[in-house]
Amino acid sequence: MKSRVLRAGLLIAAVVAFPIACRRGGGDEILVGEYGSLTGTTATFGQSTNNAIQMAFDEINSAGGLLGKKVRVAVEDDQSKPEEAATAVTKLINQNHVVAMLGEVSSSRSLAAAPICQANGVPMISPSSTNPRVTQVGDYIFRVCFIDPFQAEVGARIAWEILKVKKVAILSDVRNDYSVGLQTFFRQHFKGFGGEIVAEQSYSEGDSDFRAQLTQIKSANPEAIYVPGYYTEVATIARQARELGIAVPLIGGDGWDSPRLWEIGGEALNGCYFSNHYSVDDPSPAVQKFVADYKKRYNQTPDALAALGYDAARILADAMKRAGTTKGDKVRNALLATKDFPGVTGTITINKERNAVKPAVVLKIENGKFVYMTTVKPTGT
Amino acid sequence: MTTFLQQLVNGISLGSIYALIALGYTMVYGVLRLINFAHGDVYMLGAYAGYYLSRKLKGDEPSLASALLVMLGAMLTCALVGVIIERFAYRPVRRAARLTLLIMAIGVSLFIENAAQLVFGPDPKFFPSLAPRADFRVGGVRLTSEQLTVIAVSFLLMLLLRFFILKTRTGKAMRAVSFYLDTAKLMGISTDKIIAITFALGSALAAAAGVLIGMQIPKIDPLMGILYGLKAFVAAVLGGIGNVPGAVIGGLLIGTSEVMVVGYLSSTFRDAIAFGILILVLLLRPQGILGRAQKEKV
Repeated sequence: MKSRVLRAGLLIAAVVAFPIACRRGGGDEILVGEYGSLTGTTATFGQSTNNAIQMAFDEINSAGGLLGKKVRVAVEDDQSKPEEAATAVTKLINQNHVVAMLGEVSSSRSLAAAPICQANGVPMISPSSTNPRVTQVGDYIFRVCFIDPFQAEVGARIAWEILKVKKVAILSDVRNDYSVGLQTFFRQHFKGFGGEIVAEQSYSEGDSDFRAQLTQIKSANPEAIYVPGYYTEVATIARQARELGIAVPLIGGDGWDSPRLWEIGGEALNGCYFSNHYSVDDPSPAVQKFVADYKKRYNQTPDALAALGYDAARILADAMKRAGTTKGDKVRNALLATKDFPGVTGTITINKERNAVKPAVVLKIENGKFVYMTTVKPTGT
Repeated sequence: MTTFLQQLVNGISLGSIYALIALGYTMVYGVLRLINFAHGDVYMLGAYAGYYLSRKLKGDEPSLASALLVMLGAMLTCALVGVIIERFAYRPVRRAARLTLLIMAIGVSLFIENAAQLVFGPDPKFFPSLAPRADFRVGGVRLTSEQLTVIAVSFLLMLLLRFFILKTRTGKAMRAVSFYLDTAKLMGISTDKIIAITFALGSALAAAAGVLIGMQIPKIDPLMGILYGLKAFVAAVLGGIGNVPGAVIGGLLIGTSEVMVVGYLSSTFRDAIAFGILILVLLLRPQGILGRAQKEKV
């Protein structure tokens, strides 16, 4: 009986002491939060981003740190689910007391987390969410990648200028803000060029049987199919399309970029194209140094999500350095003033909508390799 | 027309999977009057058992023999899982109120789902090709060898089950137990054994469905059992729960209507159709297509 009372007492003490113990930080280190999909259907997105962020901060720390302190990143896994993303940032802000937030790749998950960062005055940089609505959440939300109206234009150019086709079908993910955005903007641009959308079908993230949609698309005889989704579904779609006898190329966006794409889809993906943020074949010294360092550290080739994670972390550090503090409003103002930052994914300038303006690359899939085809600059630059 | 026929083939191959899972629901309901909500998760475990077995066998060329081995292995594993679930979760509360049993079923289901995420990891996995593949063309309709296998194996298993229930002594005992559990016991039937066999059979069929979907799709993940389980449950209700041929008809109907809705309307309605059917059945013909209306037993 006595020991039970004792045990209960200890338990209560532990529960009370836990948040206090967690409240540390702020002393000799700067704690940055990161939420990402370390597991789930888009696991490689979160893992690549996390690898690159860790690498960026380690480089900063070994070069003397930031504002005389070490930078440390607190990571929360959102399991590729929007509702978990909201939980993750709430925890990072309220329990870990992070001064800034990095994440997410997926627009739906960034949109779930952004209002929480905005309400708490914690600056958030999304490395690779391309849906326009993400930064419209509020003036504390930034991104270091291009946005979907532009990416969809690149997709339309792939169809119209590279493949030279006139009839395209679209298969998009209705539950994904990224995918729906790309679908809408692609339709606009492709019709603007004079092309025709012969079929539009949809699926939901997590679906695994696409035969019904593909059968319908096949009957419309498109010359190419635009599939603005994430790699797990895209690769499965490619396989099932080939099984149904659809031989035309598929076109997609940066959601395709994952080493697992080829692992799952294999030969079904040969001859398909997608738009992306950077190419590992880019000969510029900044890119080659990043690729070499990343390969040495993680023993794999960095995808675009890694490159963007790296840039996001370094832009945040740069802004804190210029602000001379980690206070949210000061960092926010410094981020807004980011101009011509030499990133791995190109020279980054943040515009007044808190988006980055930069070119996109077109990659073609050939036997498991993403072959660089061309670079498309945003109109007006 | 070819598009319609192709959709029909797609629908039947999806429906066969639902039918195989629905059989497990209906059999367990038949003997215990229990909706075994963990059944969808047994299907998921079957897919994973098949996945790990085929990884073990990898190195061999894809062949019919190895495919058969994987299938049997997964079925055996899940039969065992089914017996364990029955023995340690349901049997202790069998005499308790029906609600207790139902809540136990939901608990078992949640336990398996979360344990699976812990053990297998929440990332989806991808089935290697098991059997050598080939495509057949009938008119403009394409049949992949996977689709043919799914349809053929499902129907073979359903026929075997029917034979087992109608022609064997154990099957007869099963029917007796489903008729009146207590009377069957008085007649000297070992009801515990029969119930265990029912769980083993139902779970083995679910495992077969899991391996077949793995061959066809080929993506599997720890939560795949939830939606397939629910739809198969709807299929069982549609056919008349407790009725074996009814489960097959229900499964095929749900699968086909789902594919048609996705093809001709919108994928947004994919899941709505199954549950819409459930609501309609409950309103218009609660005993299902083949079920007989039952007076409440007092």
